[in-house]
Amino acid sequence: MIFDGKHECMPLDSLRELQEKRLRAVVKVAYEKVAHYKRVFDENRLKPEDIKTLDDLDKIPFTYKNDLRDNYPFGMLAVPLHDVAEIHASSGTTGNPTVVAYTKNDIALWSHVMARTFACAGATPNDIVQNAYGYGLFTGGLGFHYGALELGASIVPTSSGQTKRQLKLIQDFGSTVITCTPSYSVHMAEEAMASGIDPRTTTIRLGILGAEPWSEEMRREIEEKWAMDAIDIYGLSEIIGPGVAVECPAKNGLHLFSDHFFPEIINPETGERLPDGERGELVLTTLTKEALPLLRFRVGDITSITHEPCEACGRTMPRIAKIFGRTDDMLIIRGINVFPSQIESVLLSVEGAEPHYLIVVDRERGLDRLEIQVEVSEKLFTDEVKGLETLRDKISDEIENVLGVKAAVKLVEPQTIERSMGKAKRVIDNRRI
Amino acid sequence: MKIKQLSLFLENTSGRLVDALSLLGDARINIRALSLSDTSDFGILRLIVNDVDRAYQILTDKHYTVLKSDVVAVEVEDRPGALVDILRILKDAEINVEYTYAFVERGGEQAILIFRFDDMEKGIRALQGKGVTLLTADQVRTR
Repeated sequence: MIFDGKHECMPLDSLRELQEKRLRAVVKVAYEKVAHYKRVFDENRLKPEDIKTLDDLDKIPFTYKNDLRDNYPFGMLAVPLHDVAEIHASSGTTGNPTVVAYTKNDIALWSHVMARTFACAGATPNDIVQNAYGYGLFTGGLGFHYGALELGASIVPTSSGQTKRQLKLIQDFGSTVITCTPSYSVHMAEEAMASGIDPRTTTIRLGILGAEPWSEEMRREIEEKWAMDAIDIYGLSEIIGPGVAVECPAKNGLHLFSDHFFPEIINPETGERLPDGERGELVLTTLTKEALPLLRFRVGDITSITHEPCEACGRTMPRIAKIFGRTDDMLIIRGINVFPSQIESVLLSVEGAEPHYLIVVDRERGLDRLEIQVEVSEKLFTDEVKGLETLRDKISDEIENVLGVKAAVKLVEPQTIERSMGKAKRVIDNRRI
Repeated sequence: MKIKQLSLFLENTSGRLVDALSLLGDARINIRALSLSDTSDFGILRLIVNDVDRAYQILTDKHYTVLKSDVVAVEVEDRPGALVDILRILKDAEINVEYTYAFVERGGEQAILIFRFDDMEKGIRALQGKGVTLLTADQVRTR
């Protein structure tokens, strides 16, 4: 089902026309209402009128997450506070949290793009959506809530955590769609099996999973465990929250709602725009947001883009690839770029391995040392030392093949690596650089 | 004539052995024999207990990785050379011993050898062909 066929399937020339009209409007508002943008434009001798078409976009300097922190809490807002309907904030583990705000129209837009998201993923108004994203300052919970409401589905707002209760409500209410992080869906399936419930036999048929990068192998594992479709969704608070991009059931890239959020892929080092298919950093410009317009925001996520319309569903929105990693959780080990997602792929390709792992990086006498802790599940365990040593060496060899870096693999007991309710903690970097 | 042994995956850190074994002790499960294989990172603890199913349940409830596997229990006289006699039979039949451990029976006259072979069926046939006594689970429990 396509929620907004007029826009989601718009011919590319009309789409570009709409984007350019909206771009001119948002640039004008940002310049006139946000002191930061006025200063940046003036410093670069740039006038809002200079931005006429999408080709002019790269004249505008990038916006960084730090610009939001430096203008904490409300310096980046383009509307007075009394027009603000809702305020969210990131956890802010380092320094000030990142504050994002919405007008009433922004909330309507958020509900709309999230209703598109649900429909694109394969949900319908007949579904019972159990929303296990955290409600509160985190945008996941409310974003999914508004979208399901707009779509007309029934919402069970469980929020995250209390896994036993989640499982009971799935069984008692007959929930058909689960929304949560991919790692939490694995955790739920494990808890279910530990308490004698086979997740495959529940009414859940669709999972809309996001807020952290996950691999194709992890998708296969989740789909197998739950006997459901696992659909990847993408978004970020600064832009709107969830609702920026989502897969259709063909799972062939995430359709990015570019009539509201204009994407570019750039080389993170040079800032140059990259052609379709090349992997780089995603940069987004909000075209219609009122409270917090952002121009060329450096998202920090690594992906690639294609502008080919989707053959499976007919949407003309561009598609981004599954997020490959983040520019800031990329580890540089002895000069080689390593993404946790690559290590995850290796572990899952080794037969039967569960996605519970922890990457520990140390520096010993000037040399980086990479250790991967892998939980030994019953499936992996053999009663003989040589069997386990073979497993360990196989993982280690595969990692070296894929990454080009030697890693010490340490087999650890189940449940010793911390489980996450929200974003999975996969890396401990002990290096003092 | 196979009996069930429990194998436990343990990290090679202090306290892991006592943690696991105290769970069994608290549940009044008696350990008839044990053996520990270790590497620098991890170990495998192998146990012969009086109640395999309950011990398995207790350990898996506490998220230990546990495996029930088949071994054979061979009864020999507790005298010099008895083990060698058994190993010769296996050597002649070209059977490889993956691991073995032993304990002495309560009376002190007989010893029990626990074996795991690369080919269990072939090993059992070879020993029985030479008239060696293989014990059942019940016999191991009571002796």
